This record gives sequence, structure tokens and C-alpha cells, in this order.
Amino acid sequence: MSGRTLSEKILARTSGVGDVKAGEVVEACPDILMSHENTFLVAKAFSQIGVDRPWAPEKIVVVLDHRAPANTCQTATVHASIRDTVRKMGISRFYDVGEGICHQILMERKLVRPGQLVVGADSHTTTAGAVGAFGCGIGATEMAGVWATGRIWLKVPETIRITISGHLEKAVFTKDVALYIASRLGPSGADYKCIEFDGIFLLDVSISGRMVLCNMAAEMGAKAAIAPADSTFGAWSPECTVLPGDACRSDSDASFCQTMELTAEDVPPMVSGPHQVELGRSVEEFEGIDVDQAFIGSCTNGRLEDLIAASWVLKGNKVATTCRLLVAPASRAILRDALDMGVIQTIHKAGGVILPPGCGPCLGAHEGVLGPGEVCVSSSNRNFRGRMGSEDAEIYLASPATVAASAVEGKIADPRRWLKIDL
Amino acid sequence: MTSDGRIWKCGDDVNTDLIIPGRYLDNYDPSHLASHAMEGIDADFSKRVSPGDVIVAGRNFGCGSSREQAVTALRSCGVRAVVAESFARIFYRNSITLGLLVYESKEARCVFEDGDEAVIDAANNFLSSADGSKKAILMPIPPRLKEVLDCGGLLPYLKNGMQQPPRNPE
Repeated sequence: MSGRTLSEKILARTSGVGDVKAGEVVEACPDILMSHENTFLVAKAFSQIGVDRPWAPEKIVVVLDHRAPANTCQTATVHASIRDTVRKMGISRFYDVGEGICHQILMERKLVRPGQLVVGADSHTTTAGAVGAFGCGIGATEMAGVWATGRIWLKVPETIRITISGHLEKAVFTKDVALYIASRLGPSGADYKCIEFDGIFLLDVSISGRMVLCNMAAEMGAKAAIAPADSTFGAWSPECTVLPGDACRSDSDASFCQTMELTAEDVPPMVSGPHQVELGRSVEEFEGIDVDQAFIGSCTNGRLEDLIAASWVLKGNKVATTCRLLVAPASRAILRDALDMGVIQTIHKAGGVILPPGCGPCLGAHEGVLGPGEVCVSSSNRNFRGRMGSEDAEIYLASPATVAASAVEGKIADPRRWLKIDL
Repeated sequence: MTSDGRIWKCGDDVNTDLIIPGRYLDNYDPSHLASHAMEGIDADFSKRVSPGDVIVAGRNFGCGSSREQAVTALRSCGVRAVVAESFARIFYRNSITLGLLVYESKEARCVFEDGDEAVIDAANNFLSSADGSKKAILMPIPPRLKEVLDCGGLLPYLKNGMQQPPRNPE
């Protein structure tokens, strides 16, 4: 028998069978069921199935992040209804307005462990792969089915292994690596597949950085993305006394449907768009484009190290008068740490607008909706037409450092001019 | 042969923000969602589409967000089926879950023109023009998913035979 990939191992364990191979369909029993404002739809669908209570309320995580605080009366009603649902259903892992983004909460509250299966009613559930879990996005009605039965059918995916060697150059971040990979794989290059990250480069990458890589895999169509748990995970999660062993990594003779190798030194600061994520090229090709709004935040890049990178650029500088800089920390804990470190003060002093922890303007619902003809450079994950507001607006994706440098210049700017210090 | 409806053609990578932009998602009413369906591609789509119409698309239809309102919007404005070269996985799952017909077809986008009158032959897995002059093979929907679709979606399917809770895999 040839070896098994980590995805095959996780789906074999969670479906209670000894062994599965890519291509097989399993009835898996997820460890975590996560949803956000769409819990409203989950609950509505659940009420039509004919069972009173979820099969395992302790596995359910609900986070209000997409329109939080409420942007309209309708959202306020939805939020109230969700609070009612979690109380009635006995769901204790509920995180209300201002606690942060669902994917961030799963990580920093240590709700997800290596080798677990997470289903989330959000496409960026792939982010859970940063601690070696299999995180997979589904729709709200399907989530209602998992609430009721505790099970979900999943096709065991083939795995693309991306091996990264070397170290990043100055002012280059994991977001640039992700945009670089997206430019090579394209928007459907990983459709239905799992991406597994590997290589010496990962030793340099924090759990936050791994979250960026796994998060952006969704933009290539990936079903899941995994950075296997290693010593970095061990250091990040010292309370996890059982060290992940063979069950948490692919076998050396596992079979991969595709392999890709890249060298970190080859990755420049990247900018992508508009209106597709795979249109990434070196920042030099976009320099000088006027920017109306710069956004740092989202489940992709709203973490402490992102805010620190931005603050290094912004220290002693001012946001251009023709540009507004919006910054939304990905969680309350990140906001607190960034305050303690003086990072928020630096951003504020430079002219940045601090938004509450949550998704911010990423999805075009509130807190910085773009008008016709406006240009935004954003640390988020999607630059689709109309994503952040007007169909006639343009979104360019970049790392937090590139976004901060662009805010200072009022045009898309090379962060290497502004970021002189090694982080 | 009477047609099911007309064909609406679109390209590759039609994402969920084009199908239903995020700014409309604070209202879950299906008729509200329907009135903004495909707005990112054709602002008048919801006014011009008729019950039974079929979308014929390229690769990776429905990529992006997990929002099932993309499927609700299309269903509620009358779209009978989406035939695409390939689908993004969450959109495909949501379609089965909510009872929207989704077929993969390598050739439909080359065979049909925008505005053609078409008929879906679900029994034999063909998309044909009303006059019979054009025909594209549809990939059959896998049997276990067909079963869900035939019930009208996941909720009626589960209601019909509420499955027993699973054994603990540990």
C-alpha cells in the first residue's frame, strides 16, 4: 500500500474507516461546525428538518463578524435572531459583535487542533489548515444538515504539494507568496483539491503567516489547504501536550496529483488585480496608480504581524491627503495587543482610521464601501468587480506593508522604499 | 419541441460577487435576491430572464464566496439550470442542496449561442436547441446527488429519511 496524504488520513479518521484514498466519497463526522451571520439561514433551514436540537451543540462555533456592528435594521434583526438561536440550542461557543473574524477566533481561542476536520459556512474556512487541520467551506443550508445529522459527505480530494525553499527578501511577506502562487495556479487551479505546503521556507513562517497561505488557497478553488503542524505549532500552542505525529503529516510515499516548487527569494512584493486574484505581478508594474482608499484587515491580513508591518511603514509618516487608510484588526485580542505595543497609536498618528474588529469593508457591506470610479488597495483576499461596493470601482490586492506604503504616497507604492528594517 | 427557455451565455470564472453582490446580502428574502441576480454581469438580467431559462458558462462557475444566496437568486428569478464547463465546488454543492440543476458539459458553450431556445433532456443528459439542430452532451449528475435533487434539495431529502446520528468515529 502506498502512503497516504494528510487529507486522506484526516478524512479516514473522521469517517470512522481505516483507510481512504483520493476520489472516494466518505460520510465524515466534522470536529467543528462554524458559521457567522449566515447562522440565520442555518437556523431557518435547521427548523425545517424536523429535529429539535443540533446533534452536537458543543461542536458548533458562531461568530458575528461580517456586518458587525449591524449596518442596517435588517442586520440588527438577524443578529438578534442568532443570539436567540444560540441560547435556545445550547451553543456556548458564541462570539458576538467586536470579538473578531470567525477564522481568527477558531485559531486564537485554540478551538481547532491539528488533524481535525472543520466545516465552515464560509469559503475561507481553508484558513484552519494553518494548524494542520482540514478546513472546508460549505453553504448555510448544508450546514443545517450537519447540525442535524453530525455528518457530511465529502469526496476525498487529491493533493497538490507546494514546496517552498529559501527565505523572503526585505519587504516581502507571505501575502506576496500567496499572490505569486495564485498567479501561477489561476482561479481554478486547485478546484476540488487540497493544497499542502511544504519546504524549508515554512520554518520561517509563523502560524499567522500560514493562515495567509491557507486562506488564499480558497482563491485558487482549493477545498482545503494544510501546513502540517510542526515545531512552530508546538511553540505557538504549548498547552497542546500531545505532539502531532504521523497522523498529522503526509507519508513520505504519499501520492500527489501535482507538485510545484518555488524559491522564496524569487517572490517580489506583489500586487494583483483588478478584477481577478490571479492577475498578480510585481508591484513595479502597478506603481503610480492613484489610490482613494487603502484597507488593512480581513481574515487574510488583519493580524498583529500585519499591523506591525504597516506601523513600520507609517511611523513618522502621514497618509496622503488624497487617500484614506482604514485598518480593522482581525480580533479584539489583536486590537488589545496592538494597543499595548503602540502599533495602533502609530497608525492613528499617521492618519489611519481604526475600525472595529471584524471583516470591515472586505465584502462591501459597510465601513468603507467604494463609490463609482474609486480605487482601493487592500490587504484582503478578493478583488472581484463590485466586491467592495460600486461595479465601477477597482480593487488591488497587496500585503499590509504595500497597502501602508501606498496610503502614504497616495498611489500604489513599492514597500521597499519605506520598509528599511528587517521584521 | 417546446423549449424550456432561452440560453444566457457567460464566460469563465463567474464569481459569486457577480451573481449576487455582498451589499444585497443583509436581506435574505428570495425575491429581493432575485431582483439583483447576475447584476455584476448584466444589470437587466433579472428583468429579462424568464422561468425555465438556462445559463451556459465556461470554467469555474460560481467561484468565490460560500454564499448560497447566489443559488437562491438564480433559482428565484427562474433559472432552471446552469450548464458549465466546470463549477467551483461550494457553488456546486449549494446548487444540489437547494435544488438547482447543475450540469458539467465540455461542449455546451461552443455549441450554443446567447439567446438560443433550448430544451434540457434530463433523462438522457442532453441540452438541445428547440428546433433540434444543436445538441450538447451533459455529464450525468452522480447518483447520490441526483437522489437529493430529485427530492427537491437537501431539506426535503433529510426530512424524508432523517438519518440516525453517526457512531463516534473515535
